[in-house]
Amino acid sequence: MTQTNERKLTIARAMAEAVAQEMRTDDRVFVMGEDIAALGGVYGNTRGLLEEFGEERIRDTPISETGFIGAAVGAAQDGMRPVVELMFVDFFGVCFDAIYNLMAKNIYFSGGNVKVPMVLMTSTGGGYSDAGQHSQCLYGTFAHLPGMKVVTPSNAYDAKGLMTAAMRDDSPVVYMFHKSLQGMGWLGTEAGATVHTPEESYTVEIGKAAIARQGKDVTIVSLGMGVHNALKAADKLSESGVDAEVIDLRSLVPLDRDTIRASVAKTGRLIVVDEDYHSYGVSGEIIASVTEHNISVLKAPPRRITFPDVPIPFARPMEQYCLPNPDKIVAAFEEIKAA
Amino acid sequence: MQPSLEQKLWMFEHMVLSRCCEEAIAGIYFEGKQPVFNMASGPIPGEMHLSDGQEPVAVGVCAHLDADDIVTATHRPHHQAIAKGVDLDKMMAEIFGKSTGLSGGRGGHMHLFDADVNFACSGIIAQGMGPAVGAALSRKMQNKPGVAVSFIGEGAANQGAFHEALNLAAVWKLPFICVIEDNAWGISVAKGASTAVERNHVRAASYDIPGHYIEGNDPYKIFAVAGEAIARARAGEGPTLIEAETFRLAGHFMGDAEGYRPEGEKDGLFARDPIPAMRARLIADGDATDADLDAIETKAKERVDAAIRFARESADPQPEDALTSVFA
Repeated sequence: MTQTNERKLTIARAMAEAVAQEMRTDDRVFVMGEDIAALGGVYGNTRGLLEEFGEERIRDTPISETGFIGAAVGAAQDGMRPVVELMFVDFFGVCFDAIYNLMAKNIYFSGGNVKVPMVLMTSTGGGYSDAGQHSQCLYGTFAHLPGMKVVTPSNAYDAKGLMTAAMRDDSPVVYMFHKSLQGMGWLGTEAGATVHTPEESYTVEIGKAAIARQGKDVTIVSLGMGVHNALKAADKLSESGVDAEVIDLRSLVPLDRDTIRASVAKTGRLIVVDEDYHSYGVSGEIIASVTEHNISVLKAPPRRITFPDVPIPFARPMEQYCLPNPDKIVAAFEEIKAA
Repeated sequence: MQPSLEQKLWMFEHMVLSRCCEEAIAGIYFEGKQPVFNMASGPIPGEMHLSDGQEPVAVGVCAHLDADDIVTATHRPHHQAIAKGVDLDKMMAEIFGKSTGLSGGRGGHMHLFDADVNFACSGIIAQGMGPAVGAALSRKMQNKPGVAVSFIGEGAANQGAFHEALNLAAVWKLPFICVIEDNAWGISVAKGASTAVERNHVRAASYDIPGHYIEGNDPYKIFAVAGEAIARARAGEGPTLIEAETFRLAGHFMGDAEGYRPEGEKDGLFARDPIPAMRARLIADGDATDADLDAIETKAKERVDAAIRFARESADPQPEDALTSVFA
């Protein structure tokens, strides 16, 4: 498909545009978090909103995550639709009660009589030597606990559509964006995340994966930054005639198991790429989703490229050693290609 | 600010209604749990935190609220729920874990939610604070009337959520009132052993908001102080912290032997039971006759009996309904 009027946006701009468009048509939507107003968000995803909507609807908060995320829950239950930012997902330790005991459970505790329409957006990921309290992904931690939808865009098109869908959802949505995809130069920028993004408002369905690259020899399942590593690995594999299919999960909750299963049924090989920790996480869940459904589709043992079970190290050689990358994916395929 | 006769009788009625509720629950709770106490057994399974003795705080505050105002309550929520007007049949059915309960049995007694009267709970100490502040923010942003009240215990004043929420409410000048029911015990730990200040209302100074202490578990004094705070909030003048002395006539939970209390303390508390005290005062002040108050008590008992009957006769939830209502 050719794009006649290509309009490339970074994820940061796509997120801000989605919020601005929703705020123009829905007075209930407002944004709060640390440094989201005058600064426009540490990751640029609220830039321009203060100027258009003012400080009543674009609220800088104290450094007080339990307070303002708890407040977002109460505002959502009272009919507002807050979009609230947890600056680094690593900071969940100071406010998880508001997230998993309030935000995620109050719909259930009310038998559905209370709605909690809020978006908790939070940054994930490392690769820029920010060490172990500012580099984690924690996808599995959030996706594990029931009551929260979880989305993880890998490109600006999905970032905008998922944000709009999240703001319109009557359930809480955790919106996890990877810092290296934001298009902020100082965090390193993955060029593949900056893609054509339509100007008009649209939604991307929560709970629906995308096939980022079609192929027949191996299925590489990933999310966020990992999708770009997977696509680069697929390009390398294609040089030796291997045709890899890449699935971009986009949503972790609900998880689109059907798309994963259909792909593996076609390719017979599965590699999962996840920047989150190795054990007890998304990668294991993806593999289980395939094997418990029909183990016979696999021609070879599944492989996973993940962050080892260690705190994220500071020094560049150590962190880079631990992170997923295209070469690791290619090497994993080499291990299973003979089958 | 003094309560009108009508308000006094409303407070008495709801204190009695709450106490009848707790007495009825206490009478049923041990069914199926004897001779060996097993919390999982009987028609009312799980933990049970009764509010006997703490009724004056709930009625003194809620006398100023209507259905549109917001209340967040604690793990000990029955008196607050009743004073806020939560549907008694559905509340009792929820406590019994029945399909007709407020959430169809998903929440239980620590998680009572009634959207019709803007009532919510959290079983986690101090975690009603943030949502109440957020609801107050919602009203302010929408220019809608309504105040939000978060009831907490004195133990919650040592939680981070208490301080974060008060700061937020103060910095944004929200229509929010925090009401501390100080029953002097955090389960088995005495307040003096856990809390650096003698009285928690002084902590209001940290947030540059008014803080009030009310001694004596006195519904009229609570009514007066709460009335001023709520009027202030409605007028857009910001939040208030209220600390009310009260006491727990029941254990922390049913089955609590309360061996941690000094000998004789409990006897002294029973002698100060606020319900007989209010009854005597209404009569002494010429506000009501014995017959008037007997009628209120009879009516309350009948109302609770009906709620218990409704709960007992309601169907259990379908087991597979556990899998629904996770999302809106």
